[in-house]
Amino acid sequence: MLSLRQISKTFNPGTVNEKKALDRVSLELADGDFATIVGSNGAGKSTLFNAITGAFYVDEGQIILGGENITYRREYIRSKVIGHLFQDPLKGTAPHMTIEENMALAYLRASTSSHAFFSRISNKEKQMFREQLALLDMGLEDRMKQPVGLLSGGQRQALTLLMATMVTPKILLLDEHTAALDPATAQKVLELTKRIVAERRITCLMVTHNMHQALELGNRTLMMDAGRIVLDISGEERAALTVEDLLKQFQTQAGKQLDNDRILLSK
Amino acid sequence: MSSIFTLSILQSALELGCIYSLVALALFISFSILNIADLSTDGCFTFGCAVGAMVTIAGHPLLAFPAAMAAGAVSGFVTAFLQTRMGVPSILAGIIVNTGLYTVNIAVMGFSSNVNLFACDTIFSLAKDKIPAEWYNSWYKIILVVAIVLVVGIILAWFLNTRLGLSIRATGDNEHMVRASSINPVFTITVGLCLANSLTALSGAILAQYQKSCDINLGTGMVTIALASLIIGETIIGKGGMFKKVIGVILGSCLYRFIVAVALRMSVPAECLKLVSALIVAIAIAFPYLKGQASFLKTRRALERADRKDGGSEC
Repeated sequence: MLSLRQISKTFNPGTVNEKKALDRVSLELADGDFATIVGSNGAGKSTLFNAITGAFYVDEGQIILGGENITYRREYIRSKVIGHLFQDPLKGTAPHMTIEENMALAYLRASTSSHAFFSRISNKEKQMFREQLALLDMGLEDRMKQPVGLLSGGQRQALTLLMATMVTPKILLLDEHTAALDPATAQKVLELTKRIVAERRITCLMVTHNMHQALELGNRTLMMDAGRIVLDISGEERAALTVEDLLKQFQTQAGKQLDNDRILLSK
Repeated sequence: MSSIFTLSILQSALELGCIYSLVALALFISFSILNIADLSTDGCFTFGCAVGAMVTIAGHPLLAFPAAMAAGAVSGFVTAFLQTRMGVPSILAGIIVNTGLYTVNIAVMGFSSNVNLFACDTIFSLAKDKIPAEWYNSWYKIILVVAIVLVVGIILAWFLNTRLGLSIRATGDNEHMVRASSINPVFTITVGLCLANSLTALSGAILAQYQKSCDINLGTGMVTIALASLIIGETIIGKGGMFKKVIGVILGSCLYRFIVAVALRMSVPAECLKLVSALIVAIAIAFPYLKGQASFLKTRRALERADRKDGGSEC
């Protein structure tokens, strides 16, 4: 589904702040693959996501999504088929607009004809939004006329997840999307993620700092360091791996001590 | 007091309030919804006024409005183009267009700094005497401008609830969300600014016919006045749907005109009007903040008093 071919990105080239954020990264994700990504801060995980969504164009290499070369396609066009969740739950929804309006915006992806510009939210769509919200089991289906700014972080993140997957995306990018939530809410959002991804067989990439999650979720684990993918395991090899092994792998692969205490603490 | 609130003052405040409310609605789109401070408003208002006046002089009082709106949309497009395609910061883009429009406006008025419409038909002169009744002759101007503003307001409120309207609102509400969804911010900002500036220009064109003249300095300070109306409107109406907000902005504009009329009536010289406007804007913006501060001080003082009382009983 997603194929990255030798993509590189250097920020501030030719200055003292020059940073090679992505260094000839190659990755093949099959249809329905669910890969978790671990790596220290600054390893290039978010940069990798931003390269895929088109927040910037890569310096070298190609990005192929669903058989189409999207390397130089503009961000808003790509985002029709890419779901992207951020760590900050406030980033995914418009606070001064109602739940219903936010969902209608997400549903814009489904419409391709331009005459839809002047159409309003139909009752049929409202009913559909209602049914989808009911699946969250958060009581949001009775608050559709309320501004999203009134919801809690967990509710907003669950809503964002729903919006990102309402029209099934070709790939779902989860950038530590449960890290800013309390443990119980994080668990709930995570369960929801698992369910939606499994039901629709969505190809998914998920950044996490939780080593357990990295091994338990999905079918593949990637590790990044200094703009490269240094570890890519799946299948039996992955099933046999423990958190301790993963940390050890990280050290040998990256050739240095872990500098991220969040990873250490999550042991 | 009765001398301050005469009927004619109320009438002219309503008339001007409705005419200028279109500029406040324009700022509602650019400032409140898109979160862009569009400083080309002053020049655009005069632009609409000048284009409206010239078309009216040419003998087309009705055509003056679509012509002015088209002119305003072009001005808005240039502002949007500068900030979305040329990388000019939005405030600068507005200032640049505003400066450029001064020359354009003079040129539109045939390189003169003012024109008058005394000899031509306007929508007001056309509507006059249509119904032979005394009440009609004193109210026809209000009926006309209220009708125009209501139609514009209803269309605007409807538009902001369509999919394109929702996209424009999201653009100003959450930049990150828009980038992650399929909305093209370049397109929504352009549409929003074209729409806003066409309303500003429409307001100018109506004013040209209303006061039967157009002056190059007419728009000076317009952005401040419109902002005052907008903020008064938002303060009095509070939260609510789009239609409620639009009505609030119109009411805010009328209220602002009324305050100015009262100030004039209380023998504030006309030359001081801009200062009065500035004061009203400052007060209107500061008011919600001061209210919050006042209630905080009150709570704190009450708590401190309670503390002192507790301390006394322990001794």
